[in-house]
Amino acid sequence: MVRITSSISELEELARRCRIEIVKMVHRAQAGHPGGSLSEIDLMAALYSTSLRVRPNDPDWDDRDRFILSKGHASPGMYALLAETGFISHDDLHSYRVLGGICQGHVDMKWCPGVDFSAGSLGMGLSFGMGCALAARLEGSERRAFVMLGDGEIQEGSVWEAAMAATHHELGNLKVILDRNRIQNDDFCSEQMRMFDIPAKWKAFGWNVKEIDGHDMTEIVDGIKFLDESNDAPSILIAHTIKGKGVSYMENNPSFHGAAPNDEQFAIAMSELGAVQ
Amino acid sequence: MSRMAATRDGYGQALLELAGNDKVVVLEADLGKSTKSLHFRRAHPERTISCGIGEQNMLLVAAGMASSGYIPFASTFAIFTERAFEQMRNGVARPNLAVHVCGSHGGTHTGTDGSSAQSIEDLAIYRTLPNVTVLHPCDDVSTRLLTKQLAKTDSPSYMRTARNKTPVLYDNVDPSTIQIGKGIQLRDGADVAIIACGVLVSEALKAADELSKQGVQATVIDMHTIKPLDIELVDLVAERCGAIVTAEDHSVIGGLGGAVAEHLSASSCTPLERVGVHDRFGESGQADEMLELMELSVPHIVKAAQRAINRK
Repeated sequence: MVRITSSISELEELARRCRIEIVKMVHRAQAGHPGGSLSEIDLMAALYSTSLRVRPNDPDWDDRDRFILSKGHASPGMYALLAETGFISHDDLHSYRVLGGICQGHVDMKWCPGVDFSAGSLGMGLSFGMGCALAARLEGSERRAFVMLGDGEIQEGSVWEAAMAATHHELGNLKVILDRNRIQNDDFCSEQMRMFDIPAKWKAFGWNVKEIDGHDMTEIVDGIKFLDESNDAPSILIAHTIKGKGVSYMENNPSFHGAAPNDEQFAIAMSELGAVQ
Repeated sequence: MSRMAATRDGYGQALLELAGNDKVVVLEADLGKSTKSLHFRRAHPERTISCGIGEQNMLLVAAGMASSGYIPFASTFAIFTERAFEQMRNGVARPNLAVHVCGSHGGTHTGTDGSSAQSIEDLAIYRTLPNVTVLHPCDDVSTRLLTKQLAKTDSPSYMRTARNKTPVLYDNVDPSTIQIGKGIQLRDGADVAIIACGVLVSEALKAADELSKQGVQATVIDMHTIKPLDIELVDLVAERCGAIVTAEDHSVIGGLGGAVAEHLSASSCTPLERVGVHDRFGESGQADEMLELMELSVPHIVKAAQRAINRK
C-alpha cells in the first residue's frame, strides 16, 4: 500500500510536485496532454495516498487494487505520480514519448510498471475495470477496480454499455472517478456534445453518485472515502475540475488539451508552480 | 452417410469439457442459445457473464478478466464481433490478453437471416491483428478439440463457427492430428491441391471425387488455422501439385485465399485460384442455395481446379 499520507497539506504538496513533472514532461517531448493531466492529478494523488492498495516494489501483486486510467492520453499525470510513489524513477519520466521508453504516449500495461490497462482509445476503461471487478469477486478477493474517466469520454456509447452491465452484476467493488473538466479535444464539451445532467444519468443507471470540487483536497479525501465505503453498488465520484489547473494560461483553455508549452510558457509555468530552477 | 453436425455444437461441448478448470469463464451477448455457450451457462451460471446486447463491453470485460488470470471465452454471432473490432484491436490484441472470441453463424452458409447476418469478412479483419490466432474449423469434432487447445494458449484468438450442419469428418480421429497451426491433409493427389476451411472442406472433398472421375487427382487440405498459416504445408503442396485452389465461405479478399496468395507471392509462381465470395453481399436463402448463388459449391471448386491446372 502506498499510503503516503492523508495530511491535506502533504497531499497538496504531492500534487504540486506532480504538476511540475507533468509540465516538464510535455515540454521536453514538445507533445502530449497537459490539460487533462493537471485536472486529474489532485484526485489521483489523493487516491494513491489514502486508499489504493498497491505495492510499488511489487507492481504485479495479484491482490492489488486496479487503477485504470481510461483517459489514457492524460498519461503525464500518471507517470508523475508513479515516479513520486516509487513505481518508476524520475529518470524514467525522460522516456515519455521517446522511442523505446516505458512512458509511452498513452499509458500501456505492457510497458510501464504500475499500469494496469493499455489505454489510448476512449471509452474502454470502464468495461476493462468491470472485468477486473468481476474477476476479483469470482476469486473471493477484496481488491477493487478504480477507473478514471474523462467527461468528454463518456460521449462514447460503450461507456453506457458498461454502466448498465456494472449495476446488473452488482459490482460494488467497481469505483469510478469522473474528471469533469468541461473541455475535450476540439473545444468545450458544451460546444461538442452537451451532456446535460451527468449525475442524473449515472443515478438512473443505478450507481452511487457523489459530486465534489476536484481541486479541494479536503473534499477529495472525503470523496474517496465515499468510494471506499460504498460497496452495495458501483459508485462514481464526479469531480468538478479545471482543465490545466495550476498553470494560469492553460486553465480553461482548450488549446492546452493536447499541446506543449514553448520555452517562455514553460518558464512561466515553473514559476507559478514554485519549481526550483 | 456420415454424421451431420454444426461446428457451434462442438464449441458448446468444448466449453463444458473445459469447465473443470475454474479459471475458464464464458461471456455472452444474448446469443448463448445460438452460439451454444448456453450449456456452460446451465452448468456453471456463476462463471457465465451476461453482457446483454453489448459486444463492445463484452470484449473488454473479457480483457479485464484475462488480465486478472481468467481464461475468457466470449461468443456472439461472427458479424456482431465486428462492431467490437477496435476493442479487439486496442483492448485485447495490443496488450496480448488471452481472450478467446468465437463468432458463430459465420459466412453466407448462415442462410435465411440474410446478408446482415452473413459475415464474409471476419477472418480477414482479425487476421490483420498481431498476436491473434484465427481459426475456422470444419466439423464439430475439430472445433471441440481446437477450442480446448485454445484454453492452454497465452494469446488471444478468433474462431468462426457455423450455424448449419455439415458432414462430420473426424469421428474416431486421433486427437493429436488436430493441432492449432497445422493443416490436415485429407486426400492425396498430384495434380492440384484444394486448400479449404470451414463449411467448404466437405465440398472440397466432393469436388475431389468429381475431379477424380475426370482423371484429375486432387490433394485436399483442411486449413482450419488461417493464422498462423501452415506455410510449410502450402509450400509442400505447391511443389508437389503445381496448382492450388483455396475454398472458403468468406470474401476472396483477405481470408484463407488472401493468406495463401500473400504467402505464394513471395515463395513460388504456383497458379492459385480462389473460391470465395467475390466482393458482394449475400441475401436470404437456404445454406445450399447460398453456396450455389455465391459460387462456392462443388461445381465451382471443380472449375477453379481446372483453371488452376490449365495455368501450370
